[in-house]
Amino acid sequence: MAAPAALFEYLVRLGDNCLILGHRLSEWCGHGPVLEEDLALTNVALDLIGQATLWLELAGEIEGRGRTADQLAYLRDAGEFRNLLLVEQPNGHYGETLARQFYFDTWHCGLLQGLSHSQHPRVADIAAKSLKEATYHLERSEEWVVTLGDGTDESHARMQQAINDLWMYTGELFVMDEIEQDLVAEGIAVDLAELREPWLKQVGKTLDEATLTLPQAGWMQQGGKQGVHTENLGFILADMQFLQRAYPNATW
Amino acid sequence: MYAQMVDTGVKRVKSREEMSPEERDFQDRVDADIKIEAKDWMPESYRRTLIRQISQHAHSEIVGMLPEGNWITRAPSLKRKAILLAKVQDEGGHGLYLYSAAETLGLSREQLIEQLHSGKAKYSSIFNYPSLTWADIGAIGWLVDGAAIMNQVTLQRCSYGPYSRAMIRICKEESFHQRQGYDIMMTLARGAAEQKAMAQDALNRWWWPSLMMFGPSDDQSPHSAQSMQWKIKLYGNDELRQRFVDQTVPQAEYLDLTLPDPDLKWNEERGHYDFGAIDWQEFFHVINGDGPCNRSRLRARVAAHEEGRWVREAAVAYAQKKTAHKRTAA
Ligand SMILES: [Fe+2]
Ligand SMILES: [Fe+2]
Repeated sequence: MAAPAALFEYLVRLGDNCLILGHRLSEWCGHGPVLEEDLALTNVALDLIGQATLWLELAGEIEGRGRTADQLAYLRDAGEFRNLLLVEQPNGHYGETLARQFYFDTWHCGLLQGLSHSQHPRVADIAAKSLKEATYHLERSEEWVVTLGDGTDESHARMQQAINDLWMYTGELFVMDEIEQDLVAEGIAVDLAELREPWLKQVGKTLDEATLTLPQAGWMQQGGKQGVHTENLGFILADMQFLQRAYPNATW
Repeated sequence: MYAQMVDTGVKRVKSREEMSPEERDFQDRVDADIKIEAKDWMPESYRRTLIRQISQHAHSEIVGMLPEGNWITRAPSLKRKAILLAKVQDEGGHGLYLYSAAETLGLSREQLIEQLHSGKAKYSSIFNYPSLTWADIGAIGWLVDGAAIMNQVTLQRCSYGPYSRAMIRICKEESFHQRQGYDIMMTLARGAAEQKAMAQDALNRWWWPSLMMFGPSDDQSPHSAQSMQWKIKLYGNDELRQRFVDQTVPQAEYLDLTLPDPDLKWNEERGHYDFGAIDWQEFFHVINGDGPCNRSRLRARVAAHEEGRWVREAAVAYAQKKTAHKRTAA
């Protein structure tokens, strides 16, 4: 069986991606471009925060030091966060939010599909439940990428810019490290490198339909999994953790 | 409540003799509690008043997302964050139901929003107060949603069908809103000393503005009589305010928090709580644009709308391309 430390680390990665992206999306609540979108995007945020809670709860259990999902979310500093750089990128304009979501959802669905067959039954359970939600998220973000890509000249230009700007954060989605290799060998985790080709194909297909161009392969940023983040994460945590930090040990 | 001062455009309620046959017929239906539907004949002033009232109500739901939305990213636990997100999302949904109800009267949502953004349409004064601490989220749910429910429950029986049905849907969700607010207050009031102080401070700041939500006293509300005859207002402002005070005092006692009113006391004879004078000066300043947050609230709404314009335009353009495509294919 996997070493608890490795599995803990892996679960925190899964949880942090959902937590930080859910946080970002929740920033839109009340400020969306149209009321229906405001509500729909909030649904996605809610799903992701729910998934984050499940992953982090399990991580705390596996770790065995009595840490709860809240303690993991609210009492770690940026260097201990394990999310991908992609999900902490600022919301920007609506096209940027959707491009980020589109890259993530496409990857997330592939990942969850794999994880729903994990040898670890708890992991498989959470993944299967999350996959249903992620599938809907992906449908939504694909639809929007096509709508904005093939909408007006302005929306086309904005969408292409967003797709280009975020491209350098997509390489990290498929980088494996030793922890993941060990967990793959045990049938618990998913081989991310294997997700790359199908991801490229699916992203390319949607961009094509959206009359957008798939960016050229280029230099990719990475570091999230090692806790080396962009400047954004510190601000996210300052916001998110403010009360827990200002009033230590209080119950809310 | 979310529509505090609705101008009916009518100076004096008409007597039966002064009414045209159509008006008399209309009033008979209202009196018999038969719902008026969009396609039915209605006096022009009834239609205009309803547009004002329903859109004020809708705008309040939408602007009301801002003070609470303020704390979504800072909510102190994953559970609180999810609850608050769902709550604020509900308010957006309420706005949606209400805009749809208003649209049945002949104005588009775009037109209604334009009226909000130009300052022509009002929204509840309460949302022009700032949410400064986490306890404000508790106080808003407890008091602001509590006051809104007081009014909305009665409006489920109002004469206009689409409005009444929107209210029924909304009321189903509202009690959860008040409960989550009270639950936050309870947790704070039973928590550390600083948390209890935070709860008391929020109560101090939100109490009077919550009482103002019911609108000016009935003798200061020239349009009430007409609205009541039309059954788009079912109880007087003072009566609802009194009910709210009577309901809230024991809840505050249970929290062991003090309502910021030295004149508040039980009146055995009336069977109600007496309470101190409301500062109507403040109310009129806030409703006329000079509250602490009027400008920032409206700016945030306008910014969201303007920054979203290209997205909405793209969605329309894309849908048109699709239908054109289908037509050529057919
Ligand atoms: Fe509401
Ligand atoms: Fe509410």
